[in-house]
Amino acid sequence: MDIFIQQVVSGLATGGIYASVALALVMIYQATDVVNFGQGSMAMFATYICWAMLNAGVPYWGAFAATLAIAFVGGVVVERVVIRPVENAPILSVVIVTLGLLVIFTSIAGWIWTYVQKPFPSPFPSKPLKAGNIVLGAHDVGQIGVTLIVLLCIYLFFRFTPLGLAMRAAAHNPVSSRLVGIRVGRMLALGWGLASVFGAVAGMMVAPILTLEPNMMGGVQLYAFAAATLGGFSSPGGAVLGGFIVGVVENLVGTYVSFIGTELKLTVALAMIIAVLLVKPSGLFGTTVVKRV
Amino acid sequence: MGPRARPIIGVLALVAVACALPFTLTNFRLFQFTQVYVYAIAILGLNMLTGYNGQFSLGHGAFYAIGAYVSAIMMDKWDVHYAWTIPVAGVLCLVVGFLFGLPALRLEGLYLALATFSLALAVPQILKYFEHWTGGSQGIVLSKPTAPFGLPLNPDQWLYFLTLAVLIVLFWLGANLLRGRVGRAIVAIRDNHIAAEAMGINTSLYKSLVFGVSAAYTGVAGALSASVIAFVAPDSFDVFLSITLLIGSVIGGLASISGAVFGALFIQFVPNWAQDISKAAPWAIFGVFLIVFMYVMPFGIAGAIRLLWIRTQRSRVALSPEPRETAASQAPRAT
Repeated sequence: MDIFIQQVVSGLATGGIYASVALALVMIYQATDVVNFGQGSMAMFATYICWAMLNAGVPYWGAFAATLAIAFVGGVVVERVVIRPVENAPILSVVIVTLGLLVIFTSIAGWIWTYVQKPFPSPFPSKPLKAGNIVLGAHDVGQIGVTLIVLLCIYLFFRFTPLGLAMRAAAHNPVSSRLVGIRVGRMLALGWGLASVFGAVAGMMVAPILTLEPNMMGGVQLYAFAAATLGGFSSPGGAVLGGFIVGVVENLVGTYVSFIGTELKLTVALAMIIAVLLVKPSGLFGTTVVKRV
Repeated sequence: MGPRARPIIGVLALVAVACALPFTLTNFRLFQFTQVYVYAIAILGLNMLTGYNGQFSLGHGAFYAIGAYVSAIMMDKWDVHYAWTIPVAGVLCLVVGFLFGLPALRLEGLYLALATFSLALAVPQILKYFEHWTGGSQGIVLSKPTAPFGLPLNPDQWLYFLTLAVLIVLFWLGANLLRGRVGRAIVAIRDNHIAAEAMGINTSLYKSLVFGVSAAYTGVAGALSASVIAFVAPDSFDVFLSITLLIGSVIGGLASISGAVFGALFIQFVPNWAQDISKAAPWAIFGVFLIVFMYVMPFGIAGAIRLLWIRTQRSRVALSPEPRETAASQAPRAT
């Protein structure tokens, strides 16, 4: 039982990472119908920037905040410079552009900082927390906390601020939003900026575990994609829950199903997700889009 | 010369050029072009599914891998002649693709993309698991087939002609399939599946069939690649292969038959050029290429050529004194 709880908690910790990236994917998807394959590599790049600042002697939380600001500006710039010109192209063409972003960021990070793995500090104490027989890594607990705080901020932002309302409106119905005076283009750029911030948080939280290297976010991005699909691409809350579910399922499958081991873990997790999708084709919380013929 | 004869003459000219290549290029360059044809077959398969039928697949590398392994295992374990393994791989992938297409009927868009992507992730791991048949991560080493009937060709040249022949046959079959009644049904499902159903098209059957045929094309490409490279290993069929095929089909031009060849040329040669331009960060250059291509040609290379053609025809119409049917109305749509 203790092992079970421990595995669930560490599953929740990685699940929180998937949830943050999944949320970033869903935000961009809702506004533009595009899955940003470059999301993970943008997050990795932001994490490298944080690493460079830490190396220059900036205290952790200072570097953390500065990285979030840089990630926001970076996301906005990417939307304006790279995505805006292909706005009216077919969706798959835009997907290819985001694949371009993925290889560009990965390659440039490798070029500047080399492909050598770099240790990344955790802001939380290294002493594990004990609750009875269960030993929990402080980083795991802190990571869950940070994810939940981010989620709370997002919820408050979208639910209670005029800007959040405008962004939701722009994503939901761009034409009508434009008619009531919302700058839809600006909202999209803002959406990319925020998505980039969530990605950066996830990157900085996952780097102490995976150690920093240019392909660090590859697997995370994949799980996040699976999580967003499981939760339903039309539902941010679903994406978050999907993230936690994927994290826990992945961990439990690796622990309890012995012949699978770490190699086939991913495949089994994905097979289970697909089984769920076959029953609920638009994800657990997604709504089916009804189109007029 | 009638307007119908012109494309046929163009294709014949291209085939003539393709037949002359083996006698002018080095063996390495020839190998690269053989690889282009292999990719072109696979991309045409993907294009049928994604471009014409509107079903996303991020997992065609899986069918490519199945084709390659079927061919390799038949040659390695049972000493089957390589020529027989190619149709067998095609038929097997047809069945696998059809069966995979049945549950996939319930999934659309991104959800289907995830399902196919999982397939692409799973296949290399499954291949490693059945070590007895597949040789595990070591893979299977094959020998290159030699030219039959005492033809004076070296193995590379023979493989080139074999691949070219398969390519021509499959493209001819594919063009006939897509331009006929079946093709219209496939496109109608993509454009509006409810309307298509209302018109009496069995959408479930067609969608699974397209999945099967698409997988068969990709499987044949995989089987050819096993002979061309003379080696199969699980790691050469990772998810990047699937993504590369998708890149090829979009850059070449979705829902276009010639686009498959353009896309294959792109994925074969552009990474090498990127390497020549910058040794330090070749993939950054490749990424820039991808983005620039999509800026300039949002409908892919074939789409851009089509638009250019329509424009020149239009200006010619404007210059000619008597009014006639504009070329634009005859040209196929660019989507």
